[in-house]
Amino acid sequence: MTTTHETTPMKHRDAVGIVRTTLAKIGRYVFIGFVIVFFALPVLWLVTAPFDQAPALRLSVPEFTLQNFQVLIDNPYALRSMWNSVIIAVGTMAIVLVLAALAAYALSRVRVPGRDILLYSLLLLSSIVTGTAAMVPIFVLITELQLIDTYLAVVLVMAGGLLPAAIFILKDFMDNTPKSYEESARVYGASPLQILRHVVVPIARPGLATIAVWGVVQVWGNFLIPFILLRSPEQFPGAVVMFTFYTEGGQPNLALISAFSLLFSIPVVLLYLFVSRRYGFRFYGGIKS
Amino acid sequence: MTRTSPTDQEPDEQPVVETAPKRRRLDEDAAGLGRTRASAFVAPALVLIGIFLVFPALWTLYLGVTNWQLTGLAAAEPEFVGLDNYIDALTNDRFLDSVFRTLVFVLGSALIGQMVLGFTIAWLMRTAGKTLRGIVETLVLMGWILPASVIAWLWLVLLDRREGTLNSLLGTGETAWLLEYPMQSIIAFNIFNGTAFAMLLFSSALASIPPSQLETARMSGAGTWATLRDVVFPNIRGHILTVMLLVTLWTFNVFTPFLLTQGGPGQETEIFPVLIYRMALETGQLGRGAAFSLIMIVINLAIALIYLRVLRERRQK
Repeated sequence: MTTTHETTPMKHRDAVGIVRTTLAKIGRYVFIGFVIVFFALPVLWLVTAPFDQAPALRLSVPEFTLQNFQVLIDNPYALRSMWNSVIIAVGTMAIVLVLAALAAYALSRVRVPGRDILLYSLLLLSSIVTGTAAMVPIFVLITELQLIDTYLAVVLVMAGGLLPAAIFILKDFMDNTPKSYEESARVYGASPLQILRHVVVPIARPGLATIAVWGVVQVWGNFLIPFILLRSPEQFPGAVVMFTFYTEGGQPNLALISAFSLLFSIPVVLLYLFVSRRYGFRFYGGIKS
Repeated sequence: MTRTSPTDQEPDEQPVVETAPKRRRLDEDAAGLGRTRASAFVAPALVLIGIFLVFPALWTLYLGVTNWQLTGLAAAEPEFVGLDNYIDALTNDRFLDSVFRTLVFVLGSALIGQMVLGFTIAWLMRTAGKTLRGIVETLVLMGWILPASVIAWLWLVLLDRREGTLNSLLGTGETAWLLEYPMQSIIAFNIFNGTAFAMLLFSSALASIPPSQLETARMSGAGTWATLRDVVFPNIRGHILTVMLLVTLWTFNVFTPFLLTQGGPGQETEIFPVLIYRMALETGQLGRGAAFSLIMIVINLAIALIYLRVLRERRQK
C-alpha cells in the first residue's frame, strides 16, 4: 500500500515533466520556425523576383531570365541613380574620414582643455539632432544657402551628422595606438602632417576602414535627406529613385524594382561581409541615423 | 558605446626643452603638434558640425516662433507669432493624435517587438546548433543591413492587396493589410527592420553571464522562467536598460514607415516624424514644423540624458 502511494505521484510527476519538456521543445521549434519565416519571407522575393520572367507581387518559383536587368539598363534613371548614390556616399565618406581623422588625431595627442566634455556633447548632439528631428531647419538652411537640389547639400548635411560619432570612435582608436613611432619619426625631423600621413594612418587603418564602411552604409541607405533636399529625378540617389518606378498605368514596375533592389543591396551586403570577416561586426552600437 | 581612456596629463603647454622633461613632453604630444596646430586640425570638423548640426538645432528656437512658409507672402517676410505654434500644437487634435500614435508605435515595435523578440532569439540561439544559429542570425541581420528603401519595397510586396505574398499564403483573398491594419503593419515592418540590434546586444550580454551561475540554476532544478528571473535578468539589467533607451530613441526618429503608408490612410499612421514632414514640407508650414522639430529634439534630449545617467551609474558600480 505505502509503496504504491509513494511511487504513483513520482511516476505522475515524471510523466508531467516529460510532457512539459516535450511541449517546451515543440514550442521552441515552432517559435524558431516563426522567426525564420518572418525574417525570410520578405527577403525571398528579393532573391527570386529579379530573375523571374513575370515578376509578380507574390512569391513564385522563377522562370529564369535576365530580362529584368535589361529593363534596368534601359531605364534612364536606374543606373544613373546608382552612380548618384556612389557620388554622395563616397563624397560624404571622404569628408568624414579626412576631417574626423585630423580632429581625432589632434584630440588624442594634445590635451585641449575641456576635450572630453566637447567629445561627449558632440556625440550627444548628433544622437538627438537626427535628420528626422531637424528636417525642417535643415531644409530651411539649405534653401537659404541656395543649395537645394545639389549633391553638395546632401553631402554636407550627412557629413555634419556623421562626424561626431566618427571623431569619437577614431579618437578612441588612436588613443590605443602606440606613440613610439611618432616619437622616432619626429626625432628624424618629420612634420606633424607627414607623421599623420606616413605613420599614424597606416597604424590606424582598421579604425579608418571601419569608419569608411560605416559612413558609406549610412549614406547609401538614407532616404530622408536626399528626399527633402533634392528636386530633379536625374539627381536622385537609388534610395529615392526606387519610389518613382511606376508604369504608365500607375502600377509598380516590378521587373525594374526587383532587379534594382537586388543591385542596390549588393554593395551594402558585401561591405558588411567584408567588415565582419575582417574586423568583427563591432560598429553596430551607437549610431544609426 | 565607446569609452575614452583618461589620458590625464598636465594641461600646461610649454616649448619642448631638450633636457630632462623631454621624455614626458613626448609622451604627451608625441607628434609635436602643439596647441595651435591641434586646433587647426580640429577646426574644419567643428565648423561643419557647427553649421549643419548645432545651428539647425538652435535655429528651431527662432523658426518655431515665426509663421515661416514655404511659399507665399510669409515666405518672403516671415512674421513673429510668439508661442502661437506651440499653443496650436497643444490644442490641435492632429498633434495629440500623432503623439498617441507615436507612443503606440514605439511601445509596440521597439519595446515589445524588438526587445522581446531580440531577447528571445538571443536566448534560444545560445543553446542552438551552429548551423541553425548562423541561419537565424543572418536572416535577422538582413532585415537590418539592407537599405531601408529596399526593405520598404519588400514589405509593400508582402502586404499588397491583390497579389501580395501574405494574402496568397494565408488565403486571405484581397485583404488590404496597409489599409485595414496600417498601424500593425508598420509596427511589424519596424520589428523586422530593427530586431537585429537588440539580438546582437543581448547575445553578447548573455555570453557575459558567468556559466557557473547558470549551471547552479540548472542543477537546482530551476525552470526557464526561474532561471531568467533569478539569474539572467539581474545579470544583464544594465544591458536591458541600454537596449531599451537606444531602441526607443531610434524608433522615435524612424522615418521609413512613411515609405509604406505615407502616414495614411487618412492620418492613421502619422507618427511624429511623418507629421512634421507633412506639415512642414508638404503643406509648407515651416514655422509650425520647426516648432514640432524643437519638441522632438527636446524629447530626444530627455531620452539621451536618461541614457547617459544609466551609463554613468553602471560605470560607477
